[in-house]
Amino acid sequence: MKILILGAGQVGSTVAESLVSEANDITVVDCDGEKLHQLQDRLDLRTLTGNAAHPSILEQAGIIDADILLAVTQSDEVNMLACKLAASLYNTPTRIARIRATDFLERPELFNKDNFCVDFSICPEQILTEYITKLIEFPEALQVLEFADGKALLVAVRAFEGGPLVGKPLRYLHTHMPQIETRVAAIFRKNSSIIPEGDTVVQDGDEIFFIAAADNIRSVLKEIRRMDKPCKRVMIVGGGNIGQRLSKALENDYQVKLIEYSKKSCERLAGELSSTLVLNGDGTDEKLLLQEHIAEVDVFCALTNDDENNIMSALLAKQGGARKVIALINRNAYVDLVQGGKIDIALSPAHVTIGSLLAYVRQGDVAVVHSLRRGAAEALELVVHGDRHSSRVVGRRIDEINLPKGATIGAIVRGDEVLMGHRDTVIEAEDHVIVFVINKQMLKKVEQLFQVNIGFF
Amino acid sequence: MGRALTVIHALGLMLVVFSGAYVLPVITSLIYGDNTMLLDFLLAMVWTLAAGALMWVATRSYKSELSIRHGYLLVVAMWTAMPAFATIPLLMMIPGLSFTDAYFETMSGMTTTGATVLTGLDSLPPAINIWRHELNWLGGLGIIVLAVAILPLLGIGGRQLFKAETPGPMKDAALTPRIADTARNLWAVYLSITLVCIVSLKWAGMNWLDAVCHAFSAMGLGGFSTHDASIGYFNSPLIEFVMIVFMLFAVINFATHFLAWRGKSLRVYLRDAEAVASLGLILSSCVGIAFFLWWQGVYTDFWTALRHASFNLVSIATSSGYASVDYAQWPIFAPLWMMFLTAIAASSGSTGGGIKMIRTLVLLKQAGREFVKLLHPAVVNPMKIGGQVISNSIVFSVLGFIFLYFMTIVTLTFLLLMSGLDFISAFTAVLASVNNCGPGLGIVGPSSNYQGLTDFQTWVCTLGMLIGRLEIFTVLILFTPHFWRR
Repeated sequence: MKILILGAGQVGSTVAESLVSEANDITVVDCDGEKLHQLQDRLDLRTLTGNAAHPSILEQAGIIDADILLAVTQSDEVNMLACKLAASLYNTPTRIARIRATDFLERPELFNKDNFCVDFSICPEQILTEYITKLIEFPEALQVLEFADGKALLVAVRAFEGGPLVGKPLRYLHTHMPQIETRVAAIFRKNSSIIPEGDTVVQDGDEIFFIAAADNIRSVLKEIRRMDKPCKRVMIVGGGNIGQRLSKALENDYQVKLIEYSKKSCERLAGELSSTLVLNGDGTDEKLLLQEHIAEVDVFCALTNDDENNIMSALLAKQGGARKVIALINRNAYVDLVQGGKIDIALSPAHVTIGSLLAYVRQGDVAVVHSLRRGAAEALELVVHGDRHSSRVVGRRIDEINLPKGATIGAIVRGDEVLMGHRDTVIEAEDHVIVFVINKQMLKKVEQLFQVNIGFF
Repeated sequence: MGRALTVIHALGLMLVVFSGAYVLPVITSLIYGDNTMLLDFLLAMVWTLAAGALMWVATRSYKSELSIRHGYLLVVAMWTAMPAFATIPLLMMIPGLSFTDAYFETMSGMTTTGATVLTGLDSLPPAINIWRHELNWLGGLGIIVLAVAILPLLGIGGRQLFKAETPGPMKDAALTPRIADTARNLWAVYLSITLVCIVSLKWAGMNWLDAVCHAFSAMGLGGFSTHDASIGYFNSPLIEFVMIVFMLFAVINFATHFLAWRGKSLRVYLRDAEAVASLGLILSSCVGIAFFLWWQGVYTDFWTALRHASFNLVSIATSSGYASVDYAQWPIFAPLWMMFLTAIAASSGSTGGGIKMIRTLVLLKQAGREFVKLLHPAVVNPMKIGGQVISNSIVFSVLGFIFLYFMTIVTLTFLLLMSGLDFISAFTAVLASVNNCGPGLGIVGPSSNYQGLTDFQTWVCTLGMLIGRLEIFTVLILFTPHFWRR
């Protein structure tokens, strides 16, 4: 596919990196030549320096035969204008824009065919905020991912000594609580994956991915590890875009303290937030953390735009007695370094947000893509169409489907119902199938498997 | 000298406008066929018109743009001159009335205090009663706001005047781009609600004269009545209820009424933190005081207690000052709590007096901020009211205002004590004057009036009313050396 990416910032470059590896033709446009240079050094793609909202630049970048336009520059206005130009002048089939301002998002009619022609709008900060909110809601989980509008959840959790399931085979889960439908999609033990079977024995320290309906998540978590008491106090360091959104999302349900370094930003934040306590200071200042009773904090989130600061303040917070610490880390090398150590969760914003973009780029009807284990694995929600003749999936039992090894069908959402992927479940048309792929190499095969044959048309 | 003449020029114009106010009593005397009154009022009208026109014409060469200083001077000059001219019909009509008492009466009218030195109100000619109540009504929203509304002010700085007269700490929020439009809209809202009030009172059982008079004084939160027994004369729960509703209307910022009317939405009221706090405080106090009176055995029946507590409390808390019973006989907690509410319950931009709810909220939040600061030294917590950040400079100006307010009360109370008044009468008379409420306790209580005061004491109260209506700064600024320094 020919993909045109506008903006080589954090989002733009991550998307580019992720898509290059899937054999696409990618052109990146940005007005900062230096950034593009660095990108081109690393990746096999074309770059162009210039204003992304100028038709001449777009033409040079090859918009005329592009399949997808991804406008992810810093400016909402440029992104919207680029989509409008692509639609009016060049008839680009799919136009995706990053829109951050709620003022625009509150008026969805702005994005329709008569106005700015934005097919899909994404807001990485919002996705990240929702992601962290879920983590705070389930403080035991390492990752909580939504499928089918939140009807089904995929949860990653580390097994701990003391959970009833630890030291027992997976089969035990079903006999122990027959009324709860769940399915373990994968287990990672010391960075290598194990395909879960009924007799796989869960060990202390395993990272377990399981799928269940949203209401059942807590019961399943209880089996895998001892439950902590629910979260009440949240401390956030960094009042940038993410910190502010997160505080706003949490402040009604939790006691939120927000630490921000710049006095000026503090004043703005305190004006816009209502019950959040805004503190002016440095998140790596242990005196400030102690003064604000870090030992009582249930979840500590370091969300500044500086990786090193986030790591240090998260470490300090853990040292000071915070129950769970989350650090936002942009650099991949650091994420691998830190994850699983003293810091409970190392969040890579790129991996959290890339999924929502990938869903539009993938072939077939893909509703949701979630990137797992820092991009090594992926969970997809695919919508199946057609009938027994035109599709290789519809009308077949799960054990009849020729899935590549390493891919498992975790669950099926049919209307409002969440069904677990048992051997004998028959897939129907318009089902949302949640597929768990341990290795990214298999993605193409999975996508092809779920596509409707050409003969169908 | 030039500055004073510029102000006199504008003042003359204002007086010409003010002379138009005599039209209403003139019409009333025509309706009632009262020829003496007609003559008196026509004469007063001519006097005011002539004086104003003379001042205007004689100083026309000094006409210039009004500066901030002109604004303060003009507003104070206006608010002392108008009551003086307004005494003319009273002096002509009521034999034996001294100028001191007449000036007190008209000042009390224009500042919407509603305290009176007259007895035998029931036997006053209708035109005089209309005149007294009209003063209440005009003074309510502000005569200068009216002048700004109807004259494009002939090139003088209306916004300065507007700011000097309108109560409240934050006056920069313009409702419309042009100040004259803002003033016109506010008066339109005021007039419309008053008309509804007149009809409602008539429907509730008053005659037309009483309905018009009480609608004027209720909307202005003045509290003048056409009867010595005030609203107690009617002894009608329905009338009391209608009065309560309209007093509560008038205690809310008229800008909020305007926004609600323009947006055709009641949600505007919920977003006005001041209105919510005012109404919440007043209504919960009503129930609380009713329970208190019932518990104390003042009334054996809770519903009677609620009726009397509600009417008198709303009347005093909104700074109107009607009475339906002699609440001075209640246990002292109740009337003092009512006097306390007078000081804080009215909204800025309403027709009520006192330090205004917004300032109370600012002080309350400031106290809360200090507590949070003690516990979290690194905290940044700007003051927010209704989701809006209030800058520190406003907080400081509110603190300064409160200090001056208390000093005014203390100083005037001492003046009255010095003149020989007892403490409760002195203190409540000052509170009632400065808060533009009306009746106090003791010898100035609801069952009597201010007639028993000496001339000196009357003047102290008159000064208190003026200072209270113009919110202290506007008056006291004239007494600072900075004001007169070039």
